[in-house]
Amino acid sequence: MAEIQALFHGFSVAFTPFNLALMMAGILMGVLIGVLPGLGGANGVAILLPLTFAMANQPGGATSAIILLSCIYWGALFGGAITSILFNIPGEPWSVATTFDGYPMAQQGRAGEALTAAFTSSFVGAFIAVLMITFLAPLVAKFALRFGPREYFAVYLLTFCSFIGMTKSPPSKTLAAMMLGFALAAVGQDSMTGALRMTFDQVVLFKGFDFLIAVIGLFGIGEILITLEEGLAFKGMQGKINMKVVMQTWKQLPKYWKTSIRSSVIGCWMGITPGGATPASFMGYGVAKRMSPNGANFGKGEMEGVVAPETAAHAAGTSALLPMLTLGIPGSPTAAVLLGGLLIWGLQPGPLLFQEKPDFVWGLIASMYLGNIAGLIVVLTTVPLFAAVLRIPFSIVAPVILVICAIGAYTVHNSMFDVWMMLVFGVVGYVFKKLDYPLAPLVLAIVLGDRAEESFRQALLGSGGNLATFFDNALVGSITALALAMLFWGPIKLVFSRLTGR
Amino acid sequence: MKRNAIRKLPGVLAALFATGTLTAAAQGWEPTKSVEFVVPAGTGGGADQMARLIQGIVTKHNLMKQPMVVVNKGGGAGAEGFMDMKGSKGDPHKIIITLSNLFTTPLAQGTPFSWKDLTPVKMMALDQFVFWVNSAAPYKTAKEYTDAAKAAGPGKFKMGGTGAKQEDQIITVAVEKITGAKFTYIPYKGGGEVATQLVGKHVDSTVNNPIEAVEQWRAGNLRPLCVFDDKPMIYKTKVTATMAWSDIPTCKSQGMDVDYQMLRGIFMAPGVSKEQTGYYVGVLKKVMDTQEWKDFMEKGAFSQTTMQGDEYTAWVAKEEKRHEGLMAEAGFLAKK
Repeated sequence: MAEIQALFHGFSVAFTPFNLALMMAGILMGVLIGVLPGLGGANGVAILLPLTFAMANQPGGATSAIILLSCIYWGALFGGAITSILFNIPGEPWSVATTFDGYPMAQQGRAGEALTAAFTSSFVGAFIAVLMITFLAPLVAKFALRFGPREYFAVYLLTFCSFIGMTKSPPSKTLAAMMLGFALAAVGQDSMTGALRMTFDQVVLFKGFDFLIAVIGLFGIGEILITLEEGLAFKGMQGKINMKVVMQTWKQLPKYWKTSIRSSVIGCWMGITPGGATPASFMGYGVAKRMSPNGANFGKGEMEGVVAPETAAHAAGTSALLPMLTLGIPGSPTAAVLLGGLLIWGLQPGPLLFQEKPDFVWGLIASMYLGNIAGLIVVLTTVPLFAAVLRIPFSIVAPVILVICAIGAYTVHNSMFDVWMMLVFGVVGYVFKKLDYPLAPLVLAIVLGDRAEESFRQALLGSGGNLATFFDNALVGSITALALAMLFWGPIKLVFSRLTGR
Repeated sequence: MKRNAIRKLPGVLAALFATGTLTAAAQGWEPTKSVEFVVPAGTGGGADQMARLIQGIVTKHNLMKQPMVVVNKGGGAGAEGFMDMKGSKGDPHKIIITLSNLFTTPLAQGTPFSWKDLTPVKMMALDQFVFWVNSAAPYKTAKEYTDAAKAAGPGKFKMGGTGAKQEDQIITVAVEKITGAKFTYIPYKGGGEVATQLVGKHVDSTVNNPIEAVEQWRAGNLRPLCVFDDKPMIYKTKVTATMAWSDIPTCKSQGMDVDYQMLRGIFMAPGVSKEQTGYYVGVLKKVMDTQEWKDFMEKGAFSQTTMQGDEYTAWVAKEEKRHEGLMAEAGFLAKK
């Protein structure tokens, strides 16, 4: 039980008035950052990084510095759900899956319930991930080492395959949207040969299409266009607004314990490998839809459809810090910036960090427990406040959303071209919705398309072009087999039910 | 709460801009607004780390009266950042940190820019390259390893590296030319990932920079074979129980005459005045005098070569010629 002892030592490091104040400040800033689309956790942490530089020079200061930054990260994870549920505009890419059921709930006047469910599940996911980090860190770090290019590709394949048939649209439309996403993800540099493709010599296209711009446009602008057409009104403004809703929702949540556990496992795994919070949230949603008895109602405002992605996203976001600390590999863009911070403060992440800097590591882990509890309290008390936003007339809120979206799109790369791209994506989003094409597969393909391609080609380079490499050992073979099973789930189920029917 | 959060924001902004007090300088040019520090690479890499360290030191020691803002423009292997600088002719509020992609990107992609489109300010350091294998592998010297690779036949041994047709692959080709071994080169996105792939035995060797691999070396997972420089590194403090950076032999001494370092230098946009470059040279000199900078140099085992002015310009010109030669030999030049 050396871990318990170390953890309590960590609590003694983290539990000072100064650190607690930093925690609160970090969570508040993080929530604000999470609410604003485009201004992601990575940007927020990067902006504040230089401020912590002076802080880190005092004794124990590195711990305070990372507590501040990681709490911004927790806050952003919490905050991303707010606009997804209220306006169908994901504040962060990992909140896209939350819109599927969160927004329909808000439209039915159940915004308070959806927000409470989202925040609580986030907390549960994070808490399970921290428990795992506390007790299994060395084991898990070793497991992560077994992931080479072919294992990564198998994981991405699994994410994509679990998506087919997940939305209400027919599989052919899902596939078409996904393929368009792959095409967009291919723009920019081909990382295997260094050549530029589909850029038409336009410097603005060199960096490719950022999925943040696509998310803001497709969901944010697209949603506003739709609402404009449907007559300038929010549905669901009649929702109840008081603190009772928190208690009522909590009464219902224990029902979904199976989903929570499944999503936590998916999240922890995706955070470590490192797939990141975005694929974790999609996979969590997809698996829950398949496994849950209420699966057929997903997408129509089912609370379980909010619980699943939020639990997975937060578990992944939290466990992504583990490969960063033990391997120096960031599991998410925000973790990448935090990694830069560690180096500047004179801490070198690596296999020896746990032994050499126990104060820092266990202080950080203790702060994960405290920060998430603080975060939950902060966001839950604000549920009525955020739910009340829906009572403001659309004619006032819409321009504000539009301006925030534009600022968000601009901040991603400080580029005006991105704002135009956002508007183009907005029109695409509108057309997609009118023709009943799903948006999420498009976004997923833009987010993961180039990474999947890269792993696929790295794996084939290593195997000399032999596809059998994806079944080479038990680990990669079972992930690939699982992915293929997911892909052909529909036909398999059909055959199965016919066989058992006769 | 929301009001609270919003009330916090001005405080943060004030703190961010606290460095910018408006006492005008008596002489010389000084920035009149915030300075954009362009990183032609993604977040978390070597160039990004150094840029953010410089930003941190400048903020902490109040070396500039205006704030410095780091901006990543890594699209197209850095072409995005370089094209941005080229288009900002005469703008003194923009500086850029370079890595070898200053040379390799235009040569490999045919992007229309060269270092001559920028104004050299100061060389901050040179980054070393070390030949690494997994510590479980039987090879103790570079020769043993390359002989084994040669004996196994072409494509049997995998070399992991950062990026395609960039420094890591250039070194790989140079090693192949000299030893006759043929590797399968597998490009990855970042140096840390490359080091971990070697620990996980997904590749057989790497040419990681010291800072990318040092922790895995200390943990006993990696073994350095040699350093791609004509003299050993200067850092004599023990890194592992038995070895210091200075104990790693040169590749030349092992019969593999490959010498390659990577420029970590600062440039400005074209068409800026001598006064303006002079200002930044002054600030960067102060940065290099701080203890934080010196610690960082030692931790990353950098070569602390520094230059400015004509000497720096001449060095960059020579280095471009050398890259052209290396890349032509490797067949990496863009088809015109």
